[in-house]
Amino acid sequence: MPQAWDIGDLEAWDARIRARLEAFGLDCYPQEFELCDHNQMLGYIAYSGMPSHYPHWSYGKSFEKLKTLYDHGVSGLPYEMVINSNPALAYLMRDNSLTLQILTIAHVYGHNDFFKNNFTFRSTRAEYTLPTFKAHAERVRGYQEDPSIGLDRVEQVLDAAHALSLQCRRNLAVRKLSDAAARGAAIDAATPPPDPFYRVHRPPEWAAPEVRRTPAEPDEDLLLFVRDHNPYLAEWEKDLLTIVHEQARYFIPQIETKIMNEGWASYWHKRTLDSLELPPDLQLEFIVRHNQVVRPHEGSINPYHVGLRVWEDIHRRAGGGAAGDAAIFATRDSDRDSAFVRRHLTEDLIRDLDLFQYQRKGNEYVITEVADAEGWQSVRDTLIAGVGMNGVPVIRVVDGDAGGKRTLALEHRHDGRDLHPEYAERTLAFVHQLWQREVTLDTVIGGKRQILAHSDGGFTVKGG
Amino acid sequence: MSPVDSVFRPFRSADAERSDRAAGDRTRHRSKVRQAIRDNIADIIAEESIIGKDRNRIIKVPIRGIKEYRFIYGNAAPGVGQGNGESQPGQVVGRQESAGEGQPDRAGDRPGVDYYETDVRLDELIDLMFEDLELPDLERKRLREIPSDRSVKRKGYRQVGIRQRLDKRRTVIARVKRLLATRERDPAADERRFPFHDDDLKYKHLVTDVREESNAVVVCLMDTSGSMDTMKKYLARCFFFLLYQFIRSKYRNVEIVFVAHHTEAREVTEEEFFHKGESGGTIISSAYAKALEIIAERYHPSLWNVYAFHCSDGDNFDSDNANALREAKALTDVCNLFGYGEIKPMGSRAYESSMLNVFRQLDAANFQTVLIERKEDVWSSFKALLAKDRVVESGAA
Repeated sequence: MPQAWDIGDLEAWDARIRARLEAFGLDCYPQEFELCDHNQMLGYIAYSGMPSHYPHWSYGKSFEKLKTLYDHGVSGLPYEMVINSNPALAYLMRDNSLTLQILTIAHVYGHNDFFKNNFTFRSTRAEYTLPTFKAHAERVRGYQEDPSIGLDRVEQVLDAAHALSLQCRRNLAVRKLSDAAARGAAIDAATPPPDPFYRVHRPPEWAAPEVRRTPAEPDEDLLLFVRDHNPYLAEWEKDLLTIVHEQARYFIPQIETKIMNEGWASYWHKRTLDSLELPPDLQLEFIVRHNQVVRPHEGSINPYHVGLRVWEDIHRRAGGGAAGDAAIFATRDSDRDSAFVRRHLTEDLIRDLDLFQYQRKGNEYVITEVADAEGWQSVRDTLIAGVGMNGVPVIRVVDGDAGGKRTLALEHRHDGRDLHPEYAERTLAFVHQLWQREVTLDTVIGGKRQILAHSDGGFTVKGG
Repeated sequence: MSPVDSVFRPFRSADAERSDRAAGDRTRHRSKVRQAIRDNIADIIAEESIIGKDRNRIIKVPIRGIKEYRFIYGNAAPGVGQGNGESQPGQVVGRQESAGEGQPDRAGDRPGVDYYETDVRLDELIDLMFEDLELPDLERKRLREIPSDRSVKRKGYRQVGIRQRLDKRRTVIARVKRLLATRERDPAADERRFPFHDDDLKYKHLVTDVREESNAVVVCLMDTSGSMDTMKKYLARCFFFLLYQFIRSKYRNVEIVFVAHHTEAREVTEEEFFHKGESGGTIISSAYAKALEIIAERYHPSLWNVYAFHCSDGDNFDSDNANALREAKALTDVCNLFGYGEIKPMGSRAYESSMLNVFRQLDAANFQTVLIERKEDVWSSFKALLAKDRVVESGAA
């Protein structure tokens, strides 16, 4: 039941929504809404919502894929898209009905509030989002147009950098020590405390700490390490690595809080619209749309559904009302998905949601654990292992000069999950391309330690 | 808490029409897809389905290789899903969808297999295949080229041109457009005369259609004797099919002569050449003699670039070998390139005689031999014969 609406209607509803949200205590950035058609929406999705973004064929690929799916009716388009910036920028589809627009506006404010207050987003510097992406785009275009560099070489570096972009530190709230500081800390730790009776005591055994290796501590920021320690990279290549790294770092908080963020926005659009006392025709459509968004997806996890249920549960368990609000606001500030699931996805809730753990057996995916007294923890832990950046293998640089031959030694912190062998092989080739010398990756495949290596001669596998 | 500001920016269709921002990246992606097709051409050629088919046919080409690789977990790792309230241990919740031999993944939180199929017209595929190939040594006879009739083709419209090329229809449409636009601003325009303006005039634009052209002839010689079993004939036809399509797509002025031979050779039509089988023994020299005869009669080497390609299983009568060698030598004297493809499906090499040994004595730079053992070899041997960058010693013949 589409209703005719104009910008004036949206502004009126928006004012009412904002009044509600203020009363609820949400704390948002200023918000900008832009109305767009489906083609523009496809473009925004392909480029992560950014009004300007550097070019790369992978965005063309994702545009084509989205467009094909959309044209064939396999998947619809999201009702909105909102980016973490200050002011927050959101796109509304102009073909949506008034109810959808109202729902969407309330939903957008939920995300906006989350971006502003959740601790993971503190490192993203929301004021500079748009100018930063624009500057990146201009620099990349500049390199492509530079006759001494050109599109092909820029693309090669970007291809390799994209492959490694998520290989970086996950918790940006923890400060990274410089190599010098890390060495100092290692020396301090190895130095015995001053002993006032040193004349009568035998001096304690003292082992010199390893201070010559680079990096001093294993380093997860692969792109940055390559940038800082491969002396043969040109300045423009280093700049491309920086750009890709910075953009990945901007998106990591969103990856880290998918369930929380979507749940939070759904929670607030529900609560806001319930309190708005919509006219009956809008109310009916709202219930339909809301349930489409937050329905469970059988066989997988719908972050909107699971997130909403957990937020509601936190609110209820804290006693509802003002105490419930205080509890959810505190959680909003301090958690990310892995903590959120660990702390708040309780045994009862897992059983209620009927979450299960599955594993591949032969050609089939078989349920191995269900939400019963023995299995629920294992279900929860498996879920935690897959949320946010936990779905990305941890690969660290152990030594930037292994064997004195400038071999880059990487280790995979194996947590029971093996790397995908074909993907590991091809990605290692990208590391080698950037490092320009031999690269080794210490991992475990099928229970056996293996060292994958890529040198000028190609790819080899050695047993450990 | 400070009140939140908000701004609504209305939809502007002009922005929407201008903002096809992904266009450049899509083009780049498509060129990667084309590259992937090109890289897989050997496999596609080996598929029987394209040989001898209509050029407008659409074929599905599987493409791999434009994946975006990252470090990811393999699909043996467990995952979590949501059930309908009745999940039991041991229940099967999904099945591996096998796309080829690839590693399938569950939809959703795992990276999917980038496995595309694109539709490509056979025509387009053939163009792609032959992009880097050409008949070698064409330049050598440039001086002997007779000019071929050139043609022109239409290409767009221009504001200026000569009277004969005025496109009246478009000109009138342009005037009507201008009339409507004027009337909107100034309703009185209806009353006045509204003559044609210079800006209305649209002229057809013609460009000369430049194509590679040269007076060349390709002689296809194929062994149709009894020893050429189905597999061998199939491989030979594959080879000639490629050659035929290649010449048709790249050169306009190239004539093709088909010669089939067993103990004696005769000139046949294209239809017979590709679709008829015969039997009998093999006397290779007969084919070469026939080719020499045709060349001497109709395509004198002082005027024509001559290319001869012969496919056989090499199972020649021993007594004919000396003759064949002599005739082959004569052929290399008149040809720009003489290629011999020996077809020996795997395993048959051990007990059958081979002409490759005989031809080893033939020392001419414009003589090339290739061995075709499997379907997969057809494309590589074809390329080996025709690759652009093939080093050809100029002191030949």
